[in-house]
Amino acid sequence: MTAETQAAIRAFIVENFLFGDESHPLPADLSLIDNDLIDSTGILELVGFLEERFAIKVADADIVPANLDTIERISGFIARKQAA
Amino acid sequence: MRIEHYLRNSVVRDGTRTAIVAGDVRLSYDRVLDLAARMATTLRSRGVGRGDRVLILLDNGWQAAVTVLATWLAGAVICPVNPLSAVPRLVTGAAGTFEAGLEAAPFAGEAFPDTDLAALIYTSGSTGVPKGVMLAHENMDAAARSISAYLGNTAADTILVVLPMSFGYGLNQLVTAMLCGATLVIEKSFAFPQAVFERIRDERVTGFALVPAMAAMMMQARELDPSLFASLRYVTSAAAPLPPAHLDWLRAFLPHARLFCMYGQTECTRATYLPPEEIDARRGSVGIAIPGLQAEVVDEAGLAVPPGAVGELVVSGPNVMRGYWKNEAATRKALRPDPNTGTIRLHTGDLFTADADGYLTFVARTDDIIKSRGEKVAPKAVEDVLHRMPGVAEALVVGVPHEVLGEAVKALVVATDPALTERDVMRFCAQNLEDHMVPKIVEFRQFLPKTESGKASRRLAAAL
Repeated sequence: MTAETQAAIRAFIVENFLFGDESHPLPADLSLIDNDLIDSTGILELVGFLEERFAIKVADADIVPANLDTIERISGFIARKQAA
Repeated sequence: MRIEHYLRNSVVRDGTRTAIVAGDVRLSYDRVLDLAARMATTLRSRGVGRGDRVLILLDNGWQAAVTVLATWLAGAVICPVNPLSAVPRLVTGAAGTFEAGLEAAPFAGEAFPDTDLAALIYTSGSTGVPKGVMLAHENMDAAARSISAYLGNTAADTILVVLPMSFGYGLNQLVTAMLCGATLVIEKSFAFPQAVFERIRDERVTGFALVPAMAAMMMQARELDPSLFASLRYVTSAAAPLPPAHLDWLRAFLPHARLFCMYGQTECTRATYLPPEEIDARRGSVGIAIPGLQAEVVDEAGLAVPPGAVGELVVSGPNVMRGYWKNEAATRKALRPDPNTGTIRLHTGDLFTADADGYLTFVARTDDIIKSRGEKVAPKAVEDVLHRMPGVAEALVVGVPHEVLGEAVKALVVATDPALTERDVMRFCAQNLEDHMVPKIVEFRQFLPKTESGKASRRLAAAL
């Protein structure tokens, strides 16, 4: 499940923020913000994707680095949301 | 006055006061002066002397603030560069860590004149080649005093800077804080607005500088809690026109904060501000000249036009730049004498109207520069990259209205390779351009709109 979730998130990032550039290694613990992979409008696109793909509801207060700054954190966040 | 004296004066007033908060780091004025003086010694020992330009390739953080102040203590000129630009890739042979630069003994200081250059800030030119705006200490000093006067800044303020300090509007937050002995809270990015808003609450921020794209993102939030912003005394908006809907929303959402709509450009830091009490009476206006500056709307001959008529905004005053670095042609075009008095005036390149009381309203730019997310994008710079792309015959780049960004970059492309996709074009641009310059929209066409003389025309493309 986690691997599948992470793959889906990685695919979204490659498609939308790297415009299909597969050459980026994109490890699961890489900070998306510090490495300038995602900007502020990108985060909103990411949230829209997560809500639709994983049928979760993301509150404004959830949109913080602790939940969304790495692929690992995003997948953990999705798991917590789905369990709730 | 030179800007580093702001720091020294604030230390004399109360060195124990918190100057900078960034992440977990809190630095008093005493500590900031000590760190900056140590870094100044390091700069001097590396051969940096009076008038030398120091490229600063740092994200927002306490290190960037200390480096800026250290450069001024050393008598040198800051040249802040967006770390996302191509420039850092050109720099090799870095000599040690940032922390190693803080090990030297503090620089005792030297008296440099305030007519020396303080900053060289690069801004997009319509030809695609960036121009280096030369600001002397006295120019920045005049701007900072004028701005802090109308904002009413004091040592009791806590100012948030989330805008890049490599950008005039962001840098100005640091300068204002140092001038007033206020606290500056530095945030790296607005990617997680909620985290920034919690920072505003926790640090009891009183002054918040934003660009319209940030207001647009706040409006889109679903259950934004107004109590996060209870400490705000004022909000400023600049870098691009604030749409009326955003303005109305901000006022309704933050009724206790005074909202200042402003207009400026790097060449003079700030030109106008709308006093908050005039917002209703002067809808859409960016106000009047800031204290100490003269602003006028003129025709092509440089003569004032009557109220209501469209003309170019020209400004004169102590905050106007010295010129563009090693670019006399551009300097002569921007700084021209008033045909009546001979006073040198900055031609902003922006069209305005003025009402009978002198309140100014932005109409349009005279060049093709796109303003996306408050940042300038020269279409020519994007087109140059597209023209280098294999499979592209021709391209034109224009700005189109965008809900959040103000304007979005749109590329019209004539492809020689039928397999070329939008993604391919965006990816190539992302690899060769700064983030905000990458087209959001790519459209393939058989032909580009051309003028009768056969020149591809952005104006015709924008009208499509």
